[in-house]
Amino acid sequence: MFTESTTARLGRRVLGSPLLEALAAPHGVDRYLELIRPWWSLHAARAEVADVRRQTGDSVTLTLRPNENWQGFSTGQFVRLTVEIDGVRHTRCYSPACSEHAAGHIEFTVKAHPEGKVSGFLNRAARPGMVVGLSAADGDFVLPAQRPDHLLLISGGSGITPVMSMLRTLCHEGHAGAVTFLHYAQTRDRVPYRRGLAEMAIRHPNVRVALAYTREADGTLTGHLSREHVRAVAPAADRAPAYVCGPPGLIESARRIWAEDGIEQLLHVESFLPPSLALPGDRPEGSVSFARTRELVPNTGRSLLEQAEQAGLSPQFGCRMGICHTCTCRKTAGSVRNLVSGEISSADEEDIQICVSVPVGDVEIDL
Amino acid sequence: MTTTVPKLTPEQIESFGEELDAIRQRVVADLGERDAGYIRKVIRAQRGLEAAGRGLMFASFFPPAWLGGATALSLSKILDNMEIGHNVMHGQYDWMNDPDLSGKAFEWDTSCPGDQWRHSHNYMHHTHTNIVGKDRDLGYGILRMSEDQRWHPYYLGNPLYAALLATFFQYGVAFHDLELERVTAGKATLGEKRDMIGAIWNKVRQQTLKDYVLFPVLTGPSAPFTLAGNATANLTRNLWAFTIIFCGHFPDGTQEFTEEETAEETRGQWYYRQLLGSANLTGGKLFHILAGNLSFQIEHHLFPDIPAHRYAEISVEVRAACERYGIPYNTGPLPKQFGSVVRKIVRLALPDRRDRPAEHGPRAIPVRASERDPLAAAEV
Repeated sequence: MFTESTTARLGRRVLGSPLLEALAAPHGVDRYLELIRPWWSLHAARAEVADVRRQTGDSVTLTLRPNENWQGFSTGQFVRLTVEIDGVRHTRCYSPACSEHAAGHIEFTVKAHPEGKVSGFLNRAARPGMVVGLSAADGDFVLPAQRPDHLLLISGGSGITPVMSMLRTLCHEGHAGAVTFLHYAQTRDRVPYRRGLAEMAIRHPNVRVALAYTREADGTLTGHLSREHVRAVAPAADRAPAYVCGPPGLIESARRIWAEDGIEQLLHVESFLPPSLALPGDRPEGSVSFARTRELVPNTGRSLLEQAEQAGLSPQFGCRMGICHTCTCRKTAGSVRNLVSGEISSADEEDIQICVSVPVGDVEIDL
Repeated sequence: MTTTVPKLTPEQIESFGEELDAIRQRVVADLGERDAGYIRKVIRAQRGLEAAGRGLMFASFFPPAWLGGATALSLSKILDNMEIGHNVMHGQYDWMNDPDLSGKAFEWDTSCPGDQWRHSHNYMHHTHTNIVGKDRDLGYGILRMSEDQRWHPYYLGNPLYAALLATFFQYGVAFHDLELERVTAGKATLGEKRDMIGAIWNKVRQQTLKDYVLFPVLTGPSAPFTLAGNATANLTRNLWAFTIIFCGHFPDGTQEFTEEETAEETRGQWYYRQLLGSANLTGGKLFHILAGNLSFQIEHHLFPDIPAHRYAEISVEVRAACERYGIPYNTGPLPKQFGSVVRKIVRLALPDRRDRPAEHGPRAIPVRASERDPLAAAEV
């Protein structure tokens, strides 16, 4: 890997010069560099897995060492991680759990979802030396540059990672304002960073850590998110910005409570799970026509990406949850519903994200 | 030489097509690590040969280094164009979702811009294989490769044009999609082709700069030797690619078709035409890799987007199916197949002898059910 040494910088200058690019045409210098070390690249952000540890039975914590193309992240943002499984590249979004000031490494904690191809693979097969692709960090679930005096960080399940990053970043910055960290889990052994959180609470008197368990009674709190929980651990909740990340149920509760209290402008949320891809109650109608391959299939009600794959096509895709736009295709005719926004696109000739779009009647797409 | 083409009923052709579909589905379902590992191994070998070849040229004043360098570069260009470029650009590895192996984006080490190749080859040639007047790979708009192309005194030069095309094959391929014969025939103007010409110019310039200016100059005193070595590598690749490609559709026994007889093809009939219009080459594993597995031209034309290193195993099943249906499976060693191509190039330079029967039957494919001969169907 390139280090910050002068020779490495010089090497980068030479390798990135127009002369080298002309000599390596048409493939480019990167196509040679990556054969020497898979994470070497002049342009692409990649990382090598440096450490793999297990904090809970159903998650894995990876420490990645990124190459120089990694531009860092703002705490709370997510990164698209690309891994190769049985010859096929898959990309998923994960939020780093480390401080945004962590130098030279990024930490991710990935919970194994029962049907999660990538999360299952990382839990099963991640080992030091493995190389993964990184996107630039993205997302607006971030702390304001002027850190607020009072802060409420709430998470559920695997949603702990971006708020963990926020807490670590604040501690790293020596932030003096009050921070309440409220995390929901089914049981005690499902909480990654449990020991680290306890230590931070001891070391930083302004940090209060509360763990709530929904299936056990030995936490700070018991049960699901409620107004009482919030009041019990964060008396200043009515004037503190709250950052909430977790499964849809937690997000909905938070939205309801903050709306009822008339302070929804203080609430910032990030949901981790993809929207349900089946539309309950809607019987699929019409047919899907793939213009380029001239295939016509009956609409099954699944996403257009899935329907295209079932028809034997292999459209490009990335996150499969409506984030990365790799799968964006031209819809030439018909209507589709976006499962994330609920919006219906009915105009002809519109670009749509086929991974989160389901046909509403007959649809033709340029595939 | 006349090859008898079996008279299959439309039902037989469709069931043959279904068997091929089943083979395809089985292979596609099995794609994975093995295929990804294979293509990356070939790429690694190609880039290694490229680096070694360029490196050796710095000592190219020393004859063994020159020979080693020219050989390594020849092999690099052959692998790049055939087993990697041609196959990746067919989308054979699109399922990997790796942007560097995307059929839509890949660029290869030759003068032809990838985008134009994708049109002229993947679409025009593979869809309209061996249809006279539609498949421009039939003679590349330069040669007469079928009796169905009307003779003209211009074609007296057929062998000469073929030799020139072989020598400068990368430029022949580069200009292929321009359809210059339509310009000379007044059916298109150069002005309409300005964007394409610009793209070709950029690619030719990039390739020329690298092979004939930058690398020679960098090797200092060895410059003339390096230039000669790079030219040799390009020439070797040109001759090899021409040889393999012309053995794909022109050896004795391959069929050509007319637009009318293929107007309303079914999927089964399309498969059948691909099979009758293509010919394989026999050889060892290394030969097939260097041929980009186009030595399995039949399997390639049946399944153009299946990773080519699978063709060898697929060919066993395809051949068995052909035997069951009595469909000829055209294959032979390189000298025999190429010999027959050369004879055809020479023969077609001259006007057709009137007493000689046409090369192929007028109806290789039963196109419409109404044209079926009920007796022939009953006999099978």
